[in-house]
Amino acid sequence: MIDKLNNALQFQQQALALRAQRHEVLSGNIANADTPNYKARDFNFAAELKRATASQSGGGLQLATTSHGHLTSNGANGVAPQMQYRAPSQSRMDGNTVEMDIERTHFLDNSLRYQADIQFFDDRITGMRKAMQSER
Amino acid sequence: MANFSIFDIAGSALAAQSQRMNVAASNMANANSVSGPNGEAYRARQVIFEQQLQANGMSAVKVQQVIESDAPGRREYQPGHPLADEAGYVTMSNVDPVGEMVNMISASRSYQANVEVLNTSKDLMMRTLSIGKS
Repeated sequence: MIDKLNNALQFQQQALALRAQRHEVLSGNIANADTPNYKARDFNFAAELKRATASQSGGGLQLATTSHGHLTSNGANGVAPQMQYRAPSQSRMDGNTVEMDIERTHFLDNSLRYQADIQFFDDRITGMRKAMQSER
Repeated sequence: MANFSIFDIAGSALAAQSQRMNVAASNMANANSVSGPNGEAYRARQVIFEQQLQANGMSAVKVQQVIESDAPGRREYQPGHPLADEAGYVTMSNVDPVGEMVNMISASRSYQANVEVLNTSKDLMMRTLSIGKS
């Protein structure tokens, strides 16, 4: 019962966790907008979400571990996204590749989508609560 | 929104940018200083930012050091001035007021951007806290 509930909310949870992580990466870029030689970073959200959910729902496909020091494939929320460097469209003299307009746009986009994810999450919970209530 | 590290990141940027604004203000205020405590004209200061890696791989920012500019001071011909040399020239500070003004505007824009980041993060966290309350 409980793990069914968990499964139902798993995807939303993954999505929210990744959105929050991207939020941090983008705010790190904005914070370092004037740091010499800082390279703006980001990750491919769609690919990372696919990877995170695959490692969750892949179920039967687990890495064989012969020692407790080996890595397992199900990292829960701890799947670190693969960071990539943003290719700047205009270069700067100090080696910094943060372009404020682009970062701000991504930041806004990301936070809106985060709110949308929360809305879906909420709706999902409301839906399940309705299903659990008895008919009156 | 794990462990609130976003407030550290944006907060570090606010601190760094406000220090940069402080330095710019100090430079502007001393643009016409002829003599300082050491008997020499004021030297323009500049902050150096440095990326600071957090434990979770994100990067904050900090002021690594404040350097003094080595540019030669502006020399003005004022024979009557008490600090004039034999040729009648007074060595003023080496502050470039136009550059400082630009620096100040850039710092204040960056500061605003980070305040916006903080506000957005706060809103998102409040929304996150209210999941499932409807």
